[in-house]
Amino acid sequence: MNVSNGPPRFAHWLLTRLHPNDTLEEVEGDLDELYTYWHERAGRTQATLRYLLNVVSVLPPFVRRRKRELYHQNASSLHPIMIRNYLKIAWRNLAKNKVYSAINIGGLAVGMAVAMLIGLWIYDELTFNQYHQNYSRVAQVMRHEWFDGRKETGGQSSPIPLGTELQTAFGDEFSYVVLSTKPVNYIIASGDAKFNQSGRFMEAGAPELLTLRMVQGSRAGLHELNTILLTETLAKKLFGDENPINRIVTIDTQVNVKVTGVYEDLPTNSEFRGTSYIAPFDLYGSLNTWVKDARDNWGDKSFPIYVQIAPNKTFEQVSARIKGVMLPHLKAENAASKPEVFLHPMSNWHLFSAFENGANVTSEPMKYVLFYGVIGLFVLLLACINFTNLSTARSEKRAKEVGIRKAIGSVRAQLTSQFLSESVLVSMVAFGLCLVLVQLALPWFNRVADKQIVILWVNPIFWLACITFTLFTALLAGSYPAFYLSSLQPVKTLKGLYSSGSPSGWHSAIASRKILVVFQFTISIALIIGTASVYQQIQLAKNRPVGYDRKGLLSFPKNGFLGKENVLRDELLRTGVAAEVAESAYPLTNEGSNNTGFDWRGKTPTMSDDFGTIRISAEYGKAVGWQFIAGRDFSRRFRSDSSGLIINESAMKVMGIQHAVGEQVRSEHWQKGTFTILGVVKDMVMASPFERVRPTIFSIQGTKRWMLVKINPQVSLHTALPKLEATFKAVVPDVPFDYKFADEEYALKFTAEERIGKLASFFASLAIFISCLGLFGLASFMAERRTKEIGVRKVLGASALTIWRLLSQEFVLLVLIAFAIATPTAYYFLSNWLQKYEYHTNVSWWIFAMSGMGTLIITLLTVSYQSIKAALVNPVKSLRSE
Amino acid sequence: MRRTYLGEFEEVVLLMVAILDGEGYGVTVSQALEEHTGRIVTFGTVHNTLIRLEEKGFVRSELGGATTERGGRRKRLFRVTALGSRALQEIQQLRQDLWQLLPPNTLRLGGV
Repeated sequence: MNVSNGPPRFAHWLLTRLHPNDTLEEVEGDLDELYTYWHERAGRTQATLRYLLNVVSVLPPFVRRRKRELYHQNASSLHPIMIRNYLKIAWRNLAKNKVYSAINIGGLAVGMAVAMLIGLWIYDELTFNQYHQNYSRVAQVMRHEWFDGRKETGGQSSPIPLGTELQTAFGDEFSYVVLSTKPVNYIIASGDAKFNQSGRFMEAGAPELLTLRMVQGSRAGLHELNTILLTETLAKKLFGDENPINRIVTIDTQVNVKVTGVYEDLPTNSEFRGTSYIAPFDLYGSLNTWVKDARDNWGDKSFPIYVQIAPNKTFEQVSARIKGVMLPHLKAENAASKPEVFLHPMSNWHLFSAFENGANVTSEPMKYVLFYGVIGLFVLLLACINFTNLSTARSEKRAKEVGIRKAIGSVRAQLTSQFLSESVLVSMVAFGLCLVLVQLALPWFNRVADKQIVILWVNPIFWLACITFTLFTALLAGSYPAFYLSSLQPVKTLKGLYSSGSPSGWHSAIASRKILVVFQFTISIALIIGTASVYQQIQLAKNRPVGYDRKGLLSFPKNGFLGKENVLRDELLRTGVAAEVAESAYPLTNEGSNNTGFDWRGKTPTMSDDFGTIRISAEYGKAVGWQFIAGRDFSRRFRSDSSGLIINESAMKVMGIQHAVGEQVRSEHWQKGTFTILGVVKDMVMASPFERVRPTIFSIQGTKRWMLVKINPQVSLHTALPKLEATFKAVVPDVPFDYKFADEEYALKFTAEERIGKLASFFASLAIFISCLGLFGLASFMAERRTKEIGVRKVLGASALTIWRLLSQEFVLLVLIAFAIATPTAYYFLSNWLQKYEYHTNVSWWIFAMSGMGTLIITLLTVSYQSIKAALVNPVKSLRSE
Repeated sequence: MRRTYLGEFEEVVLLMVAILDGEGYGVTVSQALEEHTGRIVTFGTVHNTLIRLEEKGFVRSELGGATTERGGRRKRLFRVTALGSRALQEIQQLRQDLWQLLPPNTLRLGGV
């Protein structure tokens, strides 16, 4: 039959391409025969048409496939004996290559563990405040106000009459309206047990609004004036194992109250954490006389208001109704800002509390959630792709096993399920290991991140996500051997003719692995640079000159001193261990309050008159060791010093005066009167060490709440503290000696930055670790593929050094590419991050250089292990192995 | 019939294989179908049915009988197995039994 007479070539080609291989021969023959038959009977056109139609009828999906090896039908691939065999083979494979198995499983487990830690952390952030059961109906009353044409949002503190108004005029909108104080420190005492505790004074609805879990007593415990609710911890500290209900405790050594309930401690991820007692709001009024004036004063905004809206209302509806509630009550100067009251829902408190122009913007905590989320995803991705890559590279060694299995009768489905079950097994082991790692890392992680995170053992969604992910990884890693290797022809693999597909397939496999390495190292290098810069920034701020001496300086609140300050001061000085005792309105490491309404000679209307204001005693300067630029310190000897001021350098600059000493300053709001500047001190870093120092004014008028003690530098702390405590106890026996060291408090200011630093270095080292695993895998893969080439080179006279260079240079190039990508990326993000700080370092070039060098060295070490091993192999061995 | 269901078309194809007695393969079965029943079906239908019959164990096959007109390609020749012939006989028997049960005049009265 010649070609022109034969069946249409396209149809024939289609048939050979698409028809199942095992029946192709007979079908091709049959159709040829039929074509001839039709040709004879009905002519060429008819034959061609029928041929076409019939070819289509034997193409997928119409054609039925012959089941191969029919006699295997009853030998199911899920037979227990087969499963036992798969497990045995899987185990032997793992045991045969112990290092490789450890790397593979360990790498995946570490990646999973990091992702899980971050996932748990994000979950914790997102479920903030959900401990409170009315979470979705609770809100805080806040305000938008207009200043200088800009809409600013704030007002976490509200005036008392606003709360009263909401209760009386809008009662039907709310289930509860609760006036509260901010967290306040008081001495809570029962007999000899006394503790300085942080708590709140709240109206009677608070326990219901916060859905406190009562251990003893009821939520109705705050209706009488002299009552208090305690946390479990505080109750235990005060009363031990005795029943605390109806016992009497003393607040601030003055007021006796009855314990009416004990509630479970609030968790760390609640806005109200650390509230160790709740007492009636009115009691706060009896402890602080100024509250009486605030009762009807719409201008005094000192108290947060929490509300729970009525069941049938929405936050929007209620916000709309109460929008203008403040305006009619305000005096003209306060009404200028047109305060607009709204409800800030509890679900938004933690992550959505940043406002710009009255609308929500991405807040700092939210940025961290996104940032860590991205890092977690990356690390997981790296680990997952690594695992797949290493498994794939190793599985090529098993082509012979596939050949033998097929030769003795395995069908493809069996091989597929064998490889898949093997990789499921391995990833399950990795998952188990990951749970162990997370459990071990959690205590450390919680300490660094300041959280109380636990593994969600009973959360079905958590398990579902984990299992899904594990299976997904397993399928990804197992798919290559399962679907590709199982399709190989046994004859070829057993003859050793097998190679990973075509040369182009091999090249693309290598290329994709190279891209992966570049990707991994880009992330790793960027993380290293980031970590180093964070530490550099912290170090810079730590080394910043602070303008005073923190050493041996301790402070405590003057709660319950009842006018014995001077006695205490004299007694402490008499011990000889205290070099100086001073008083201040705020602890040294707290910037305190700020005020406006100052006037001085040469002040122009555009000048800001917003100054930090701190009331101190005359000895303050000697205690903290501040340094004068001009003028002199306060002195008890001059009575006129009470109308004197000391300002800091920044304040002098703001005022625009060259010689400040002797100048007059009038104050309208704060300590009303006219003051004379006595001296100018160097700036003292009291607030954030990352910000510029606030222009500050010091005066010795008015009340001070804190006492500072400078310990004599000649006396060691060990001897000084017991003496101080003994004196303290003798003078004010009702007050616990609860002191804080200034240097420790100052160190706390770095907490947030050090947390970022620690977490970043943790992630960076893990990213490097995982990247190295990938590199190690790739290097061993390449070295193995080139065993023969290396053998031939050695036979022809190449030295070990040449071969080491041959195998290593490629990786060096990859790392250099990664470095080139990582540098600008890291630079961009870092300079953005550093902009946040007023006092910041610049991104230094040497950090980049060091990170690059470090990575390169680690790379070379990793790769050299493989390349030196390959270079030292006796060529006879590598060339003989067939 | 009891163990494995035999469809109408399957039954006809099985009969054709039996009739062709060792010479049955794709082409001959298609031609015999056309010749004896007048049914023209696509080759794929016949091919699939033969595979299905083999899976059910009613026929067995072997490759052989390459000829030049099919470009030297082998044929897959089918033979009825013992199971197949029993199935055909059972169908035949069942039909006969059923015909026996037919009341004498039913079909004629029905106008058939």
